[in-house]
Amino acid sequence: MNTDRPPLVRISGVTKNFKRGSEEVHVLAGLDLDVPEAEFLALMGPSGSGKSTLLNLIGGLDRPTRGSVQIGGDRVDELSDRQLAAWRARHIGFVFQFYNLLPALTAERNIELPLLLTGLNKARRKQQVAAALEAVGLAHRARHFPRTLSGGEQQRVGIARAIVTDPTVLLCDEPTGDLDRKSGDEILALLQSLNQRHGKTIIMVTHDPHASARASRTVYLDKGQLSNTPVA
Amino acid sequence: MKYLPLALAGLRRRKLRTALTFLSVLVAFVLFAFLGAIKQAFLAGVELAGQDRLITRHKVSLIQTLPESYKARIANIPGVGAVCHFTWFGGIYQDPKNFFATMPVEPEAFLDMFPEYVVKEGERKAWLATRTGAIVGRSTAERFQWKIGDRVPLQSPIWGQPAGAAQWEFEIVGIYDGAKKGTDTTGFYFRYDYFEEARQREKGQVGWYSVRISDPNEAARIAEKVDAEFANSPYETKTEPEGAFAAGFAQQVGDIATIVMAVVGAVFFTILLVSGNTMAQSVRERVTELGVLKALGFTNGLVLVLVLVESCLVVTLGGLAGLGLAWLIITAGNPVPSLLPVFYLPNTTLVTGAAMALALGIAAGALPAVQAMRLHIAVALRKGG
Repeated sequence: MNTDRPPLVRISGVTKNFKRGSEEVHVLAGLDLDVPEAEFLALMGPSGSGKSTLLNLIGGLDRPTRGSVQIGGDRVDELSDRQLAAWRARHIGFVFQFYNLLPALTAERNIELPLLLTGLNKARRKQQVAAALEAVGLAHRARHFPRTLSGGEQQRVGIARAIVTDPTVLLCDEPTGDLDRKSGDEILALLQSLNQRHGKTIIMVTHDPHASARASRTVYLDKGQLSNTPVA
Repeated sequence: MKYLPLALAGLRRRKLRTALTFLSVLVAFVLFAFLGAIKQAFLAGVELAGQDRLITRHKVSLIQTLPESYKARIANIPGVGAVCHFTWFGGIYQDPKNFFATMPVEPEAFLDMFPEYVVKEGERKAWLATRTGAIVGRSTAERFQWKIGDRVPLQSPIWGQPAGAAQWEFEIVGIYDGAKKGTDTTGFYFRYDYFEEARQREKGQVGWYSVRISDPNEAARIAEKVDAEFANSPYETKTEPEGAFAAGFAQQVGDIATIVMAVVGAVFFTILLVSGNTMAQSVRERVTELGVLKALGFTNGLVLVLVLVESCLVVTLGGLAGLGLAWLIITAGNPVPSLLPVFYLPNTTLVTGAAMALALGIAAGALPAVQAMRLHIAVALRKGG
């Protein structure tokens, strides 16, 4: 690894506090994290440790109370809402635990959603959707609605939607959390392949040590702090 | 356009709810269009009234008659160009429900006074030559499938039987059309000389006068002069512009415009609540989906527009479909020609309806759209998990 090159994701001194009634909850406390390009990072930790909050900050879905979030040279925390939306469309692919597909749209229409925000014409969008479906092995299910797909297939559609714009970073929030072991393994193999064969930078939140074993590095989050060793 | 499938997908999520909302809006706009046509039927006389015509009637009420001799005295008043008279006959054809406006008139004076009634020259001449001749409006002729040359027996609940005959019998010598849209073509006009000779009472009396004046700006002054001419006589008069007369006539039924506005306002307010609730419910059910769209990069503004488009698709299209359906029904025929001789859907009602449909679509979707726009992504996604 070239150590002179800045990491793709740089989190510096990030603190995130929430108001719960009159009480202030400290979720992240001065947290630092660097993620180099093409890394597959697993983020583990007990429930409520702030894993999803950290993922939301990296993905520009939320803003830190203090500190900076820098991705590919962009200070994400300093962007306006409108700039942030455009930045997410260009740089981030989200994979959710419960797939979050739009039930009234077919698989291909779901995958096309991020492409609607680009200047691509219909033919180009169709091409890219077909390529994404091919990449996740679901070309034959393009016209199926989510309710007619299995959980594993729905998550594949979710991954196809996340990669269709070729984003800078793929953020996966418990991508196998709602799947059986076999389907989960298939999804993890797919993510691993995207990382190893296509050089995608992936940050994955998981509870599952079996899932984190697929990652190239695992960090642990507890009480708002990161460590390289599991929490006792 | 590329976002349209997304808006349509939102509506497909609950097909029954969307269909019921669409239908309720459609029915409301059918009602709106019918009320517009009814309002027009009552007020058409006011809109089409001649600016240069006055109506002179008995000061007490329209049903009191005036001497036929007033015609010459009115014609002599400075500023008066022409005079003709009418008498209400109340014609019934075969059955009391087949009722239409029937009046004896002096043909030449009548046709000169009302150029909006278009009669072919040959038919005009035939009327002048035929004592029992009558001209009838196109819609009444079509209603009873009358044609020129037909002999038509009519009953009059006011004048009874004619002298020496069992019933009033007329020969159709002409069918008139309206020069303008909205002209009443349900009338039946026959010759006053035949009426005067055949009626058995109140001879020499007529119902009211139409008075053409040379300068519409002088209407008030001339009306005063006409009434002054007959002041302190047994038959005092009330003279007013034709438009005011028609408005007063419509006012006898009630303030139609206000009634229509009140009904339409109540219906549209209800529709606003129904469709607004539908949209609010739809947005509540899709908090996570909207959060996902925002996570993918959809801006707040775009999410707002998507919800508004969705609302407009149901409400505006429902409204336009309702207007279209009403137009088809109204164009197919007048359901109550005896009560409302002029019955059509005015363009102003269509344009107002279309604008209302769009405004309702936006208003119904406004609050849910703003709520969708303000959704915090992380909170919205947590609701799904």
